[in-house]
Amino acid sequence: MKLVAILLLAVAPLAAASAATPTDADPVAAARAVQLANELRCLVCQNQSIAESNAELAVDLRRQIREQIAAGRSDDEIVDFMVSRYGDFVLYRPPFKATTLLLWIGPLLLVLAGFWTLARALRARRQAQAPPPLTPEERARAERLLGAREEP
Amino acid sequence: MNRFLIPLGIFVALAAFLFVGLSLNPREVPSPLVGKPAPAFRLTQLHAPEKQFGRDDMLGQVWLLNVWASWCAPCRDELPVLGELARTRTVPLVGFNYKDKPEEAKALLKAFGDPYLVSVSDPDGRVGIDYGVYGVPETFVIDRRGVIRQKHIGPVTHAVLEKKILPLVRELQQP
Repeated sequence: MKLVAILLLAVAPLAAASAATPTDADPVAAARAVQLANELRCLVCQNQSIAESNAELAVDLRRQIREQIAAGRSDDEIVDFMVSRYGDFVLYRPPFKATTLLLWIGPLLLVLAGFWTLARALRARRQAQAPPPLTPEERARAERLLGAREEP
Repeated sequence: MNRFLIPLGIFVALAAFLFVGLSLNPREVPSPLVGKPAPAFRLTQLHAPEKQFGRDDMLGQVWLLNVWASWCAPCRDELPVLGELARTRTVPLVGFNYKDKPEEAKALLKAFGDPYLVSVSDPDGRVGIDYGVYGVPETFVIDRRGVIRQKHIGPVTHAVLEKKILPLVRELQQP
């Protein structure tokens, strides 16, 4: 019984995905439509792509993508169509530009800051592990021993 | 001294970012259409299906385009507010009935009062896509030259009207 439930749970996402599959006769166009829909965010349920979402808007936008593919538009043209209406927010891969600079290089800056901190901590530890300075008696003894050896 | 100040500084900065993040509404996505000409459309009028209405019919005046539907609960909340606005005759309101059945839309306007100068139907939501509509209600402020100057997402309340929409409308209406 448990096994059946687990199997059902495993199959559920597949059933949901099939809702996004266009019914075009042309399999190449259908694959393009699904690929495009996977790259675009649904604004109604913001953590789902247009392909995953069952919101009405996502259904409409999938239809829009299929129609534009049928009309011979390129992928870039279709993406531009969406961006000009809904903004960069619809792109799961936002463009690299001034307003998204921090988004793109932020992680890199964090990693660099991490390495810098690590380097500082390691250096501090190495200094801490250096042998403690000699006491005057020890120094005198060391000098005596060394001096004794260096004398001709 | 630095031992404590640096982590404390990082913590305060993080807390400030998270606090600001909490107060932002993730559903309010800035529209790329603000500052651009309103997409042209010719749609059937809700109350007179034999007639059409378009963006160009409003050229020369500042107007509000209010996207709504009878299946949208917050739209019912804003209808009385829009009704009051309509009675002041400050600015013409055009109703944009989005993905709705005309009978249900008309029934709702009958029950709650019709604040619109004219209503158009977009039954399949195609013009809605041109306007980047992703949730109703949405309200656009459009200037005399047909340029979108503001988009408000969510119901229009008295506060939104007084603080956000009307100041811009008055500014745009200056000769």
